[in-house]
Amino acid sequence: MLIKKPADIRYSEVTPKALYFNRRKFLAGIPAAFLGARELLAPSGRALADTSKLPNLAKSPFSTPEKENSYEDVTHYNNFYEFGTAKDEPAKYARNFKTNPWTLSVEGEVAKPRKYSLDDILHVAPLEERIYRHRCVEAWSIVVPWAGYSLSALLQQVQPTAKAKFVAFQSYYDLGQMPQARYAGIQLPYVEGLRLDEAMHPLTMLTVGMYGETLPPQDGAPVRLTVPWKYGFKSAKSLVKIRLVEKQPPNTWNLQAPNEYGFYSNVNPKVDHPRWSQATERRLGEFRRRPTLMFNGYGDQVASLYAGMDLRKYY
Amino acid sequence: MLRSRWAKVAVFLLCLVPFGRLAWRAWNGDLTPNPIEYITHFTGDWAIRLVVATLAVTPLRKLLHLPDLIRFRRMIGLFAFFYASLHFATWFGLDKFFDMHEILKDFTKRPFIIAGLTAFLSMTPLAVTSTKCWIRRLGGRRWQALHRLVYVTACAAVVHYYWLVESDIRWPLVYGSLVAILLAYQAGSWWRKRRTPAAAKTVGGAAS
Repeated sequence: MLIKKPADIRYSEVTPKALYFNRRKFLAGIPAAFLGARELLAPSGRALADTSKLPNLAKSPFSTPEKENSYEDVTHYNNFYEFGTAKDEPAKYARNFKTNPWTLSVEGEVAKPRKYSLDDILHVAPLEERIYRHRCVEAWSIVVPWAGYSLSALLQQVQPTAKAKFVAFQSYYDLGQMPQARYAGIQLPYVEGLRLDEAMHPLTMLTVGMYGETLPPQDGAPVRLTVPWKYGFKSAKSLVKIRLVEKQPPNTWNLQAPNEYGFYSNVNPKVDHPRWSQATERRLGEFRRRPTLMFNGYGDQVASLYAGMDLRKYY
Repeated sequence: MLRSRWAKVAVFLLCLVPFGRLAWRAWNGDLTPNPIEYITHFTGDWAIRLVVATLAVTPLRKLLHLPDLIRFRRMIGLFAFFYASLHFATWFGLDKFFDMHEILKDFTKRPFIIAGLTAFLSMTPLAVTSTKCWIRRLGGRRWQALHRLVYVTACAAVVHYYWLVESDIRWPLVYGSLVAILLAYQAGSWWRKRRTPAAAKTVGGAAS
């Protein structure tokens, strides 16, 4: 059972910053001289970025009653290659990421193309809190209370034409703000894609926050995609462009390694990644692996999208 | 200074520093949100670093004119095996939780696991035969030939690492280049020895 009470304090302040740093300083004091541990001496990379509260989030029937991961886990274990390829790097290198002003351009096969400011994005539809399972292709998972609304609300505003069959997403890319991106080893800017019916599915979210606050940079500020039945890399971060198109658009990891990462990338315990099994996953904070669920447990809602498709072929 | 008994103690303690750091972080609950992955990567990193270090001993002896460095090679090699064992045990016990079905599937189907296993298995006879008793039993020449397996270990470890990373191949390339340089150096000296059999004899004799 999930007991929700109104949060007076922001999640990012659950562990007071001052205490956090004092703890590190205390640790660093005595042993650092012996250990020569760089991390202990250097200023901690765990500063918490500026986020602000998102009030009046509506509850959603799509939420899972499972236990949420801690804010610390979700903000210090990230795959965001533009800010470094190690899991702890985005928290350090994205800290000063400028997300204001921001423009999200929605264009292509639409009747009313439009450039959205961040404020526009926040007012397309009422913001909801949706607690989703998030399953990474690397076989770890988390449970996150996202804030946002169904992407369909935004797509309906721009009115896709009859030619629109797919939706292409593009993330922000700027070496000036993302110097680590030069070592990412993947083609950037990051691009992703969905079939139009997948993008219009009510579970597919345009996400502007998590844990009742705006998104921190390492989790894809200021606006990202969340597609809970697909592997995490499909949920592109820090979106600058959404383009409705006629043909299946490219997606970054498929370009990088087509035999390992497909276009669909639905969570599927029966189709292994060539280098590891997808049958199980490790939920962060848990010791034993748990079985991975078909479509990450969202099969009742989304399985019909893929009726008649060979999911081994379209992995 | 290198001949001192304390030098060996110092190297021993130095090789234990990474283990101490890991234990310290574990004690403080500071092993990142995914502790098992962190321990796996940490012990794997130190295993490959120390394998490279053992390969570097012979070239460094010659280049720096410090023949006494040989005193530390066995210890560094055994520490490499120590970290590799922790790495393997973490994967086997903590990550896979002794799930033999999954483990056997990995052994047969996943090239990067096979490379890692090759590296680990090729180290095992070297660790076993690292004692003076075994050198005597095998004879210097045969012992030396056996211990050239360390090049298999090093190459397999680099391949294991390279196949593991997604796209950022900087570290595998660093280790790969070091192993390539050290292997080329050693190959060069073997080749020179072949051309001058007399020199080979003295080196072989000194080792046994």
